[in-house]
Order: sequence, then structure tokens, then C-alpha cells
Amino acid sequence: MIESIAQQPMLAALIALVGLGIIFGALLGYAAEKFKVEGDPIVEQIDELLPQTQCGQCGFPGCKPYAESIASGDAINKCPPGGQSTINAIASLLDVPAPELDAEHGEEADLKTVAFIREDECIGCTKCIQACPVDAILGAAKLMHTVIADECTGCDLCVEPCPVDCIDMLPIDHGLKQWHWPAPLKTADLIASDRVHQGDEGRAA
Amino acid sequence: MIKTWVTPGGVHPPENKHQSMTLPIGDLPIPERLLVPLSQHIGAPAVACVKVGEKVLKGQKIADATGPVSVPMHAPTSGSISAIEDRPIAHSSGMLAPCIEITSDGKDTWIDHQGIADFEHSSPQMLIKIIADAGIAGMGGAGFPSAIKLNPGHQRPIDTLIINATECEPYITADDSAIRERAAEIIEGIGILSHILGNPNNILLGIEDNKPEAIAALEPHVADTGISVVSFPTKYPSGGEKQLIYILTGNELASGSLPADAGIVCINIGTTYAIKRAVVNGEPLISRVTTMTGNACGINRNYETLIGTPVSHMLAHSNFNEAACSRLVMGGPMMGFSLTSADVPVVKTTNCILAPSYSEIPDDEPAQPCIRCGMCAEACPASLLPQQLFWYSQAQDHDRLEAHNLFDCIECGACSYVCPSNIPLVQHYRHSKGEILKARDEKVKSDHARERFEFHQQRMEQAERDKEAKRAARREAAEKAKANSATSTGAGSAADIIAAAQARATAKQVNPEQQRAKFERSIAGAEMRVTMAIEKLAEAASNQTDEQTNILNAAVESAKQKLEQAQVRLADHLEKHKELDSEQVK
Repeated sequence: MIESIAQQPMLAALIALVGLGIIFGALLGYAAEKFKVEGDPIVEQIDELLPQTQCGQCGFPGCKPYAESIASGDAINKCPPGGQSTINAIASLLDVPAPELDAEHGEEADLKTVAFIREDECIGCTKCIQACPVDAILGAAKLMHTVIADECTGCDLCVEPCPVDCIDMLPIDHGLKQWHWPAPLKTADLIASDRVHQGDEGRAA
Repeated sequence: MIKTWVTPGGVHPPENKHQSMTLPIGDLPIPERLLVPLSQHIGAPAVACVKVGEKVLKGQKIADATGPVSVPMHAPTSGSISAIEDRPIAHSSGMLAPCIEITSDGKDTWIDHQGIADFEHSSPQMLIKIIADAGIAGMGGAGFPSAIKLNPGHQRPIDTLIINATECEPYITADDSAIRERAAEIIEGIGILSHILGNPNNILLGIEDNKPEAIAALEPHVADTGISVVSFPTKYPSGGEKQLIYILTGNELASGSLPADAGIVCINIGTTYAIKRAVVNGEPLISRVTTMTGNACGINRNYETLIGTPVSHMLAHSNFNEAACSRLVMGGPMMGFSLTSADVPVVKTTNCILAPSYSEIPDDEPAQPCIRCGMCAEACPASLLPQQLFWYSQAQDHDRLEAHNLFDCIECGACSYVCPSNIPLVQHYRHSKGEILKARDEKVKSDHARERFEFHQQRMEQAERDKEAKRAARREAAEKAKANSATSTGAGSAADIIAAAQARATAKQVNPEQQRAKFERSIAGAEMRVTMAIEKLAEAASNQTDEQTNILNAAVESAKQKLEQAQVRLADHLEKHKELDSEQVK
């Protein structure tokens, strides 16, 4: 047997290569089973970057489904609550150019808002409770409802179903704690001749 | 001569300290209205404990500390509370914050107060409590509650106490003048700190060599106290906490670590004076030395200023020329911030009000492009790479900013000072720090929202599954019933139901044997009670009390009645069952 193989080098090479192929194939197959990654990690990473308002403005029922859709090739500029910073972050994650926010899905809000129920007007229909994606509304049938402001993501989904229009979206109070230094003016926005000489007008200018 | 170390970087801006040192510390007339902000320190704001219209005395507590990191506030003068509302405060944002307004009655009447003359015999815990109750927060600028600094826990013993008398910023002379005039009290204050910290091995008082008069004033008082006055070459920013610790000890604090981790406590010299007044004189922190300087003011000097004094009041007594003033700055020219209004009050951390003329501090020149000269990197006292931070800050690249240790930037402004392109580098860093903190905050919130959303989703699915299962069960039951009704007739099924009901009713009935046993037991019990009652009656009869005998007679009667009743019930039961038995026989 060995002699006949030795006499036919082609066959010997073939057997050796096929043998190696089988061994490494088995090894890879075992590794694939042993170190299997559950789910799609890129979806998790995109989901991490999305703002989790669960507002559905992108056309998907929540942030996770949109993340799944992005992973399978959807546009990354459909998230108004995240705005440009989220688009930039996803673009750098996926290594694609960052487009502008798609105006079709809404505009980036300047101020974050939370829902507020005018409690005197609430009739206790529970429709807003059912609409809330993060269970931030408390209440029971025929009893007054109220929003837990800390849990509210400001998604607006409760405003539409309210039959008596008693839900307002109020801007979050930006106190001293939330304040931080604004960005300095960009060089392009400012040339020396733009400035009024303040010495002539004093501090009042 | 004690060895000192040299920090990297640093700049030498014009000092401009002599202007305000020509006159001694002066007193201002008491302003008509004082405005005490509830948050003048790092930590939770105090909560007002007085009501509008209430009369208060000088030194009376008007706001309580809330939580562990907080300090109370005290009335700087006597008068009445005229408002508790949001007012503009000394903050770079120019925003409103809750303040207590006191309308002075002009009498300046102190509340009863008493200090401890011999603090050596008081426990450190008690002294720390006095300091906390006196509302003392670091007066160098950050406003960290001093009582917390002095109570670092027992993980690490404190072996070095550093007193920061550096006062490295140009123009400011508040500490310098206080040392010259109050050296004895300051040294006493340091003695109190040393006692609280268990007499650390090294007590170093760091001071720049541009204050020879102050050093001379301290020298006679430090003899035999163990305090070393260490002077070192003037350079901005030597007064930063980490910088000073390095200069005096050669100990470089790791990023994110506190001085206490290295066994060091660093306290501003103005704070030591306040601590002395609190402990020895029993006075809370209601005034401080503040420098009023700048060419737009006719009088440049230091004032003992009541906390809450409006800046406009200080200006009015300093020959202020508004037209000549380029801007009002609280703090020094390097790290201070412009005030949007002169009505804001002086707070516990206000060491200087600067009213410069246009030639002194001109308006910012427009920023030019960065030419990569690298001067900022040479000037940085924290050995950071300001240029790289600037790029990343513009690109909002938060990961790289953090990787380049943006949060180790002490915002001293040395890089902006040396920048030939006038780039406001520090403002970029401050903005980026704020953005990063905001992003962190939002990340926490969004993670929380994701969790809640996923739970909501799961709950909805579970509800849907339950509903589906119920529907299926109902469908199945209906089908079974249909099949049953197909096999048996309608009348038959009705008869079945009646029969089943009867079976249930008989099952409920008690076994007659058991019932009889129960009745017999009750008869036995009644008999026993009767005999006991009779015995008691016999005993009572020997005692010859009519009342008791009557009561016991009645008891015997009732026991006998109950026995009869029980017997009757048993008889009834037996009769009934005889009938039933005979019926069954039939």
C-alpha cells in the first residue's frame, strides 16, 4: 500500500491535501459550533448608538427593528431624535459616509421634551398607557393617568391617541446642572470688521 | 530651604497685583439688599429654612444643608427676608438660581454666638461639625465643602497638610492682603486643621515668591508650630491643587485620584481664616476678602465683603467708570468668567471682581487657523496635548478626547494665553467636557429606556400568548361540548345535570354518626360545666357573700339550661335518624 503510494506522487499529494482539508474542516466546524456568536453583533452595536426613544419616526416599531434594518442595508439618516450626532456615530461604526438627516422622517428637535398629562382633563381611557413604548404612564381605567417624567423618552406616541387632547409635550427644564459651555464661534463666522467697536457704546452694546 | 519641584509648562502673565495692595483691607457700607444664593458650593443646594417677611439676625442660619455634600447658608447681616426666588447669580451661564434676599435693617445685630477657646481639648469630630455648621466651603474657587475634605475616612492616614497661599492668578491679592493683616489668626486656623487631621507630619504652606511681605508677616507666627512656609518661583498656574502638591512634595497625583489617596489634604489659606473664625469666634462664614481691581475702577483695594453683596454695590464704592470698562469679570483674568449683569452677588468663592479697561483686557481677537506651532503643548501644566485636543474637540471625537485625557485639563487657560492664533482653546475644551458628560448622561438614560422597551415588548408578547392560549382552550371546550351534545339527547343531559347537583348536595351532608358524636361531646362538656359551677357555688356559700352567691346561682342555672338544650338536640337528632332509617327500610 505504502509502496504503491510512494510510486505515485500525484496520488500521495492528493491524499495528503484531502486529509489536511478534512482535518481543518472538522476543526473549523467544531470551532463554529463551540464559539458560536448569538445574534448579529452589528445590530447590537447600532442599537447602542440609537437614542432609544422608541418613537417610530423612522418607520420601524422601535429602535431595535431600525437597527436590524440598518444592518441589512437601510439608510442611516432616518432618526430625528438622534440627529446628526447619531448619524455620524453610525456612519463611523459602519465606515460609510454620513448623510444629512432625512427630512421626510422629521426634524431634529432643539429641546428635549417629556409628555405631561393635564390631570384635571384626563378621563382615564388608558389609550395613552397602551401607546407608551416604555411603560412611563401610570393609571387605570376611569382613573386619572400621569406620566413618570424620568422614564418618558419624549416620543410623542401618547399625544395622538388621547381623545380629549390633554397631553402636552413640555420641554425639559434646563437648569444650571444641565448647562455647559457653548462652543466658541467658528473662525468662519467671525471676521474682525464684523464687530462693533464696543468702546464707543460702552457695555450697554 | 525646603526642596521644591518644578511643574511642566506654565506661563508668566503680567502680575498686576500692586494696584490693589496700596490700601489695607477696607470695609464696605452694608448694602441695602443682600442676595444669598442657595448653591455657592459643589454639591446639593441648601434649602431655605426661613420664610419671606421673617426677621433674621446676623449669622443666623437661613438655609439648611441637604445631603452629605452640602453646606448651610447664614444671614450676612440683620434684617428681614424680602424674597426667596430665582435671581441671576454669578455663573458663567448668566442663568437664574434660587436666592434668599435680605433687606438690611442697618443695625448689623449679631445672633448669640460662642466659640471654643481651647480647641486642642475638643474632639476632631466636634470641630468638623462646627466647620460644617458654619457653612465653610473651599474659598479658593471650587467651593468644595471643607468639612468633607477634613474627614477623608480611615483608609489612608493623612501625613501632609498643604495650605495653598499661592494666589497665582494675576490681579488677585485677597490672600496676600489677608496674610499680611491676619497672619496670627491664619496660623491659628492651620493649628485647628492640624489638630483635626491628627497632627500630620508635614504642614506645608506654599506661597509664591512674589509675596515677600506676606512671607515676612507669617515668619514670626510659625516658629515652633511645625508649619513650614515654602516659597517657590512665581509661575502661573502653580496654585492648581495637583500642581501645588507636585511643587511641594514631588508627588504626582494619578489621573482621577484625590489628594487624600496620597495622604494629602490641600486647603486654601482663606478657608483657614474662616475656620479659625468659626471655631474660635463661633462666627459662620458670612464674609470674605474680595479684591476689587482693574483700571475701570478709581479705587483698587481689597474689601471685607459680606456674602451676598451685589457687585454693583462694590463698584459704586470704588469710583467705577462704566464707560471705560470692557467687561466685568468675576475671578481673575485667566480663569474668571464675564458677568452678564452687575447685580449678581458676591459668593463664598468670589476672590476677585475685575473691572478692566479696554486697553487692559481688550475684546477677544478673532481666532485664526492653528499653525501647529506647539506653544500650547509647552505651556500646558498638565502635560496634555492641547493641539490634538483642539482637533478632536472640533471634530467632536469624544473617544479620542477621552483617550487624550481631556478630563485632566484644569482649564487654567495657559494654552489660550500663549496661542499666537488667538484660538479660545479652553472654551473648546470646556464645551467638549460638557458634551461628553451630556452624552454619558444620555447613554445611561437610553440604556434604561431600552431595558424598559424590551420589557414592555416582552410583556405585550406574553399577554398576546396568554390570550391566544385562552382562546384556543375555549375553542376546544366548545368543540367538546358540541361533540357531547351530538351523542346524548337534550333531555338526558338536563337530567344528568340535576343528578349531579343532587350528588353534590348529599356529599355535602355530614355523616349522621359524626353528628351524633358531636352532640354527645357537647352534652359531656355541659355536664362538666354544671358540676364545676355547683362546686364554686359551694365554696362561695362558705364565704357568705350574697352578691357572689347570686351570680354563681345564675351561672349554675344557665349551665343547667345549656345541658338541657344539648340533650334536647341529641334527642331530636336521634329521632330524625330513626325516621330516616325506617324510611330506608321501607
